[in-house]
Amino acid sequence: MADQTLPIAGTIDVTPRRRSAAQMLEWLHGWVVTVDHKRLGILYMVYGIFFLLVAGVEALAIRIQLAWPNNHFLSPETYNEFFTMHGTTMVFLVGMTIVFGFGNYLVPLMVGARDMAFPRLNAFSFWLTALGGLLLYYSFIGGFGLYGMGAAPDVGWWAYAPLTARAFSPGHATDYWALSLIVMGFGTLGTAINIIATTLSMRCRGMSLLRMPLFVWLMLVVSGLTLVTITPLTAAQIMLTIDRYLGGHFFDTQAGGSAVVWMHFFWIFGHPEVYVLVMPAFGIASEIIPVFSRKAIFGYPAMVAASVGIAFVSLGVWAHHMFTVGMTSVGNTFFVLSTMLVGIPTGIKIFNWLATLWGGKIQFRVPMLFCLAFLIQFLCAGLTGIMLSVAPWNWQLHNSYFVIAHFHYVLVGAIVFNIFAGIYYWYPKVTGRMLDETLGKWHFWLFFIGFHVTFDTMHFVGFLGMPRSIYTYEPDRGWAHLNFVISMGGMVQGIAVLIFAWNLVHSYFKGKEAGNDPWDAWTLEWAVPSPPPVYNFAADPEVHSRRPLWDLKHPEDPDWKYEA
Amino acid sequence: MSAIPVTPVVERWTLPSRGRVAMLSLIIGESAIFTIFVVAYIYYIGKSLTPPYPGQVLEIPFFNTVCLLSSSVTIWLAERQIERGKMRGFAAWWAVTIALGAIFIGGTAVEWHKLIYVDGLTIRTNLFGTTFYSLVGLHATHVVVGLIGLTIILLFTLTGHVREEHSERIQVFALYWHFVDAVWVVVFTVVYILGR
Amino acid sequence: MRFLIRERAVGVIRQRAAGVLCLLAACSMRAAWAEGPLGSPSIFAPSSTPARTILDLSWFVIAITGGIFVTVGGLLAWALIRYRARKDDELSEPPQIYGSTQVEMAWTVIPILIVVVLFLTTTRIIFAIQDAPEPPAALDVTVVGHQFWWEFRYPKLGIVTANELHVPVSTAQDPRPTFLRLMSADVDHSFWVPELAGKTDLIPNHPNEMWIDPHRTGLFLGQCAQFCGLEHAKMLLRVYVDTPEQFDAWVEQQKQAGVQDPAVAAGRHVFETEACTNCHTIAGTAARGTFGPDLTHLASRATIAAGAAMNTPQNLRAWIQDPNTFKPGALMPAMQLSDEQVDELVAYLDTLH
Repeated sequence: MADQTLPIAGTIDVTPRRRSAAQMLEWLHGWVVTVDHKRLGILYMVYGIFFLLVAGVEALAIRIQLAWPNNHFLSPETYNEFFTMHGTTMVFLVGMTIVFGFGNYLVPLMVGARDMAFPRLNAFSFWLTALGGLLLYYSFIGGFGLYGMGAAPDVGWWAYAPLTARAFSPGHATDYWALSLIVMGFGTLGTAINIIATTLSMRCRGMSLLRMPLFVWLMLVVSGLTLVTITPLTAAQIMLTIDRYLGGHFFDTQAGGSAVVWMHFFWIFGHPEVYVLVMPAFGIASEIIPVFSRKAIFGYPAMVAASVGIAFVSLGVWAHHMFTVGMTSVGNTFFVLSTMLVGIPTGIKIFNWLATLWGGKIQFRVPMLFCLAFLIQFLCAGLTGIMLSVAPWNWQLHNSYFVIAHFHYVLVGAIVFNIFAGIYYWYPKVTGRMLDETLGKWHFWLFFIGFHVTFDTMHFVGFLGMPRSIYTYEPDRGWAHLNFVISMGGMVQGIAVLIFAWNLVHSYFKGKEAGNDPWDAWTLEWAVPSPPPVYNFAADPEVHSRRPLWDLKHPEDPDWKYEA
Repeated sequence: MSAIPVTPVVERWTLPSRGRVAMLSLIIGESAIFTIFVVAYIYYIGKSLTPPYPGQVLEIPFFNTVCLLSSSVTIWLAERQIERGKMRGFAAWWAVTIALGAIFIGGTAVEWHKLIYVDGLTIRTNLFGTTFYSLVGLHATHVVVGLIGLTIILLFTLTGHVREEHSERIQVFALYWHFVDAVWVVVFTVVYILGR
Repeated sequence: MRFLIRERAVGVIRQRAAGVLCLLAACSMRAAWAEGPLGSPSIFAPSSTPARTILDLSWFVIAITGGIFVTVGGLLAWALIRYRARKDDELSEPPQIYGSTQVEMAWTVIPILIVVVLFLTTTRIIFAIQDAPEPPAALDVTVVGHQFWWEFRYPKLGIVTANELHVPVSTAQDPRPTFLRLMSADVDHSFWVPELAGKTDLIPNHPNEMWIDPHRTGLFLGQCAQFCGLEHAKMLLRVYVDTPEQFDAWVEQQKQAGVQDPAVAAGRHVFETEACTNCHTIAGTAARGTFGPDLTHLASRATIAAGAAMNTPQNLRAWIQDPNTFKPGALMPAMQLSDEQVDELVAYLDTLH
């Protein structure tokens, strides 16, 4: 592969300057037909951030509706649609796309490859995902429901049968939901296969499995997990579609079908899905924390083992979402144990990050701030997770706002915080410019405060008996003040995200030049120009340790002397 | 940027074939889909509220099964031929594989025709109908996709576009066909032995 | 080995937990919520054995997780302060440490021990609550979830009512627990009265069971806790815990057929001749519908529309004219009656004590 007939550096220029309409069209065409992993990565990210804003607006509308009792800001129909769409969008169109956006952009660079293993499959997967998102949102116009007009899905993102049956969900809203998840499922499957093939078969010389950056390891584990978790969802959606269109009886309780079977199938997907989303976030933290502590990651092999361990254990915990459906006491006990076991590898990870900080020289730059907030929030999320795993307590907490608080601590406190960290960290590589540090700090602190005001408070309304998915509540239950506080926190988070969006645009044009390696980091992507040329590496790199650039910068004290 | 210091030398550097890795990943993913359908089938055995029940209408498709399973052998023979560069032998065994797959699909069609028109079992009749047509249909869909792939490769072979150097890719595709056959063993056991 | 005597080990840890954290966090939370000054259905104010047992377990778990939080959070805070980069010393890199097998073993083993303790404690409580045998004196109630209301059937007493469950108080001297059999007529629901017990789902074609033994009389609030469609938010639940005498009197009253007051015969005529009878039952009349709540003793209930409104003549009137007033999307249609008919009907329903 390392011949000299490569395109010359400098021929690519992703920045559209003033151009004629024809050039503009050509530029656009270039993006549509691209098979370059970096461009596809950017497309994933832009797509994900766009839907982050959309689903964020949905969340804010939900919070306005709940700010005080018996509010009429949203109708019950719209409220139910919004919370369904908020959940579905955030998981599939924001979480998955951004995770795979990072993976697409970074994995080939980090393993020293010129592209993914299957560039065209890669493009195909992206466009499938994009089509899935369109289908989902088209339901607002096309899924005519009870009232003859547009109706988005309104059955919750878990879509428990038999509420999804034709009898209870007429119209096409639920069909759009199922169809878009099937389509996106195939896109995700394609990307997962691609990432596995890339990490296993495209590594540069010397990049043995135990020298891969942890981010790559986590993407490999996540992709493997995706293979066996997205597919059950696809299977379940096919069954649902058979029920709705062909008159099947999989989840038809009138014909002997079982509503509980849907729950099992959904959570066999649904729980590992949380790990599919959170483990790339672990990967991001495992790249950023060492760099800004100026130390190698502590206990690399244990980190790898813990990741693989989490992936395996996560396949056996799904029914902890179902402690209230009336499983046998033995069944409940099993899932209590398996769920608590997740705490062990997760604990190892947290301790290893702590040990990485220990003895370092910690620089509080914006990416690091987000990662540090992630550490403490993920700790809380893990501990509330332990609380929820205690089945009897779960009988109280399940489907209450405590659960909402817990999983937002994971999805926002851990995943979104690390996504922001990752964007601040790699934006210079992608665009060649630094994100503004001052705006970044504003973004961080507002988001951090807003997050805690919102989600810390949510735990307590849960204790006070407020169930989820309700469009309003009675004034005499004592939930009103807390809900008002929660909604205010939501607004603060909204402002913070706007600052972030502005920063993305502003710094693209006005940001400080980044150079190849603005953070003085150690993995391969920092060895190439910013933005990297289409072919990534002029010559195939060769590595001898987990931190090739450390070896380069410290020839007197290289890593390969110490790594086992 | 080739300036990464080369103190220790990386000597042998071999990586697994990306095609194989990808196909194996796809097979793992597909297995999960089949697992869900198989679990649903097993769970709903005996839960139909109305007839017809499997014991009354299902006949064991021995001939079909033999055909499909032997196609795994013939495709393996074809793989061996292309490895040695014997393109005629390859094309011949490949064509036999297609024929056996086609017989299987034809047999399924006959079986379904009988179930629908003689026994009155459709996908909406009862739980048995729903799970049976879904699971067997899902497998049949995979056979059809495989047949389309096999046929395209046969056409390319006959026009001389497939040569010895493609044997790696042929083997990757053959993995898929072996998988489809292996799934049939599971489906057969569950539907025609366990479920009857 | 040490967990072979698990009862004792758990007991010791439990005591220690009670000593440390309950004093701090616990006291403040209890003070704030135990009596529920705002009337919240708080899980911290249990009035029944299942809820009480769960709360005890919760404190134990809070103590352990709180301890972990303080320890790890403290270490993190210490690391951030102690090891922050200083202005004068930015050029050199700190010593690189790649790992330590001993340290890593330690922080693998400690979580394992914690998990063992938590798991054993949890298991005991699961079996204690879930597999508790039903005593012969127990009251049986069948709860049927509907979109968006509750049906309560007392099979041994021959009573059918809706949305407001009456059960007797259960004391140490006179234990009278209530065993609920949970079913659904349409989609999934979940029965949750936080002060009495954890929630259990009502799933079609999948009967479930739970039990409560309220220790004090009074009104306990809850609501459906599994999203069940458009008006899930207004599927409210009231449990009245009566003294044994009150309860027996209530049973006697509920067993009666609907009151037949000649003064409101016109209203009864409206009820029997309009579409009301398709969905509602009033014992002693021709109305035998089962799709909606049984109205035989409607006037004995405090609320209508599954708790969405108080049971006053004005609200009843508004409800009959257009249920969307309180519950947009409720399955009861607007009845299209004349004002006069509505007046008569409300007057009749008001007599159904």
